[in-house]
Amino acid sequence: MENSAHGGNDLLLDIQGLTIHYVTDSGTVHAVENLNLRVGRGETLGFVGETGAGKTTAALGIMRLIPSPPGVIKSGRIIFDGNDLLEKSEHEMRSIRGAKIAMIFQDPMTSLNPVMTVDKQIAEMIRLHRNVSDAESMRLAGDMLELVGIRRERMHDYPHQFSGGMKQRVVIAIALACDPGLLIADEPTTALDVTIQAQVLELMKKLKRTFDASMILITHDLGIVADICDKVAIMYAGRVVEYAGKRELFTNPVHPYTIGLFNSVPDLDEDVERLAVIPGLMPDPMDLPTGCAFHPRCAFALPECSKDSPDTVDVGDGHSVACAPRAAELAAGKGAGK
Amino acid sequence: MIRYIIRRVLFLFPVLVGVAFCVFTLLYITPGDPARMILGDMATEEAMNRFRQTEGLNDPFLVQFGNYVLKAVTKGDIGRSYVTKRPVMHEIMQAFPSTLKLAAFAMAIAVIVGIPCGILSAIKQYSFFDVITMIFAMIGLSMPVFWLGLLLIILFSVQLKWLPSSGFDTFKSMILPSVALSAQAISMVTRMTRSSMLEVIRADYIRTARSKGQKESVVIWVHALHNALIPVVTICGLQFGALLAGAILTESIFAIPGVGRLMVESIKARDYPVVQGAVLFVAVAFSIVNLLVDLAYAFINPRIKAQYK
Amino acid sequence: MAGSTESARPPGRAKRGPAMEVFFRLKKSPLAMFGLVVLLALVFVAIFADVIAPYSYSKQNLAHMFESSSKQFLLGTDEFGRDILSRLIYGARISLQVGFIAVSIALLAGGMLGAIAGYYGGWIDNAIMRVMDVLLSIPQTLLAIAIAAALGPGLFNLMIAVGVSDAPNYARIVRSSVLSIREMEFIEAAHAVGSSDLRIILKHIIPNSMAPIIVQATLGVAFAILNAAGLSFIGLGIQPPYPEWGAMLSGGRQYIRDYPHLTLYPGLSIMITILALNFLGDGLRDALDPKLKR
Repeated sequence: MENSAHGGNDLLLDIQGLTIHYVTDSGTVHAVENLNLRVGRGETLGFVGETGAGKTTAALGIMRLIPSPPGVIKSGRIIFDGNDLLEKSEHEMRSIRGAKIAMIFQDPMTSLNPVMTVDKQIAEMIRLHRNVSDAESMRLAGDMLELVGIRRERMHDYPHQFSGGMKQRVVIAIALACDPGLLIADEPTTALDVTIQAQVLELMKKLKRTFDASMILITHDLGIVADICDKVAIMYAGRVVEYAGKRELFTNPVHPYTIGLFNSVPDLDEDVERLAVIPGLMPDPMDLPTGCAFHPRCAFALPECSKDSPDTVDVGDGHSVACAPRAAELAAGKGAGK
Repeated sequence: MIRYIIRRVLFLFPVLVGVAFCVFTLLYITPGDPARMILGDMATEEAMNRFRQTEGLNDPFLVQFGNYVLKAVTKGDIGRSYVTKRPVMHEIMQAFPSTLKLAAFAMAIAVIVGIPCGILSAIKQYSFFDVITMIFAMIGLSMPVFWLGLLLIILFSVQLKWLPSSGFDTFKSMILPSVALSAQAISMVTRMTRSSMLEVIRADYIRTARSKGQKESVVIWVHALHNALIPVVTICGLQFGALLAGAILTESIFAIPGVGRLMVESIKARDYPVVQGAVLFVAVAFSIVNLLVDLAYAFINPRIKAQYK
Repeated sequence: MAGSTESARPPGRAKRGPAMEVFFRLKKSPLAMFGLVVLLALVFVAIFADVIAPYSYSKQNLAHMFESSSKQFLLGTDEFGRDILSRLIYGARISLQVGFIAVSIALLAGGMLGAIAGYYGGWIDNAIMRVMDVLLSIPQTLLAIAIAAALGPGLFNLMIAVGVSDAPNYARIVRSSVLSIREMEFIEAAHAVGSSDLRIILKHIIPNSMAPIIVQATLGVAFAILNAAGLSFIGLGIQPPYPEWGAMLSGGRQYIRDYPHLTLYPGLSIMITILALNFLGDGLRDALDPKLKR
């Protein structure tokens, strides 16, 4: 986990064609469909999409923590550090979870065990992956708490004695306790007050640098993406529809859905009367439209969009997009514009 | 913790006085003249009047109640049996050990069988084991204890001749009554453990524990179980009350000389002071058990423990 | 992507009324439906007992004592030569009557107290709930026994004893749902337009706290029948010759060594009735609160 160069050659995580379904009595939920995603070492990837787009499922898929039943990983490969996680045994996965890939969950109020003091919950992680004594693991747990800005005296307290923001700090301390190469943060600030959100984000930014970890930051907040991410993947109905560097994506969005997302964010510089809202609703994941899942809501849709699922096309500079008409447009003459 | 215990103990007293009041009132409104009951049919009107005077039966209701509580607290005197003329307390103390033993055995069976069954059912939700366990739990819940007792006697005493059908002195004689009495409690504990476990297994902190790379067995038996047992402890306390009440029926089926049988026979003989004393005694026992359960609850639930640190 | 292979699903379910929606969900549970069917059958039998029962419940026939099942007496006869089947059929009438009336008493008394306590709060709430706490600290069956012992035997006293001992449960449930509903905005709105307290309680609060009450009442009928049978078994409830199931069990008890069928059938009747009510109550709980069932 040395400091390493960015770029496609030095991939930490490479997800190829990941498909995850939830099979229930009332139908099959296509939570993640043929998902492709890459995260370089030291990189922070913003993973953006509406609620229900399949972001959390994809993250749990990487951890191999999809609740089963009803969840099934149908196909795909998750190459982490050169090995396919989907081929690992449960036993092997246990030594990866926490040690190499750690996860921060959305709701700090419920992600800590209410009957265990916080130091024990951090020490549990340390004991699992490092060869240290009980006393040593407790001391390290105290160190971790101080690192996330909680006084050491409070290490024997129970979760309910902390505020929401403090709890999320504890969760972060647990996640970072074993110096993981990849940190997956699932909307880590959504459940917190706005003022606390900024503090927690700042802390995560700082610690990510200290620990030199890669990070997947799941969010639906483009402001947070602009703040701390290097790369951005836009997810819609279980697929990554656009993937690019942050600057490239923010200045030159290609996929109609991405464009729609940006247009729906209020802009202080332009005094617009009404925000441009993407018409329609997210499709029912049990009943996805044929072809491109976005075509019923898409202003650019062509008749063939309802037939074939679009391939992901590279439009240069590692910017890829899954939209046939827009990619063709770009290829025909650069700058056809919005 | 000490403060919590003191608070809970102090809180017990008004409840006990309330219970005594209810029981005393019930006896008071019961038809029948205590003087006639004690002195017999041959007693003269004068003798009965004298008796009423000395026993305070002519006092106003609240004064009588006050004296009853006072005597109960200071001397442990809760009246005399109309039938045997002995102190009620004496009769009850003779019978109570059997009742307590019976209820405790049944509770132990319920916990030993119910909690593991509930956990396994929850872990393997919708499996064959789960479905069968849940159906049996429902049957157990619907089985009248007096009928189950009779069925057990028919099968194990009359047909197979393995176990005695009455008494409560040897280990063998304790098996049938304890099993019969425990059926409902087993079912309750199993169902409660299962539903509590199901809720906990889906909790976010269980996912957190898994995301640490923790073994599934530790996730279930350490993280999940401790949380799942918190409501189960409460149910066990309430079940103990149901067991004490169920013991009344069980004792009369298996001819066990406990408080329940004493109560039933006293009801038949209209020996109301004994009925009153027995009801009061069982209610007090139940309150004390609930107190202990509450303390145990506080011990395993840090929310309460931390509050009174 | 290979394209979704899922065939088109039927269009979304048509909108139903809340009662129909509950019934629709209830129908999915085979155990609850079993409970409902058995219960309806029992109600039918209880109502038409006079027509269905082959014999009178009290007619003694000393020439046919202790007979086992035969064409003439389907479930045999008891120690007085009475037809057990006929007695069970009339017993259904008594047991269901006791169960439903006792729960009605409990619901009326407890529900009213709970609604008052929850709605007015303050010292009224405190006073009512402390009394309920006292009653709840006596095991319910024991309380029923104590009340029945004080009132003396008889069908009516039995119902009172079982009902009153069950009332605190409803007081608690109604109070807590009133408390949670009282804070809701539509109640404030009703206050704002000048609705009276009574009107708010009857029109808004009671209908909105129905779900937990229905569940508790269904399970409560089961418990009341069980309790009543227990009281009759120890001689506190219904007296012979009335064919209450618990009393029949009690009567057959002394003959279990030689004629176990005297105790077998009444017990089975009690169990099946309770089982049906419990299955139905469980199913109702799941159907009324889909959040609980995942």
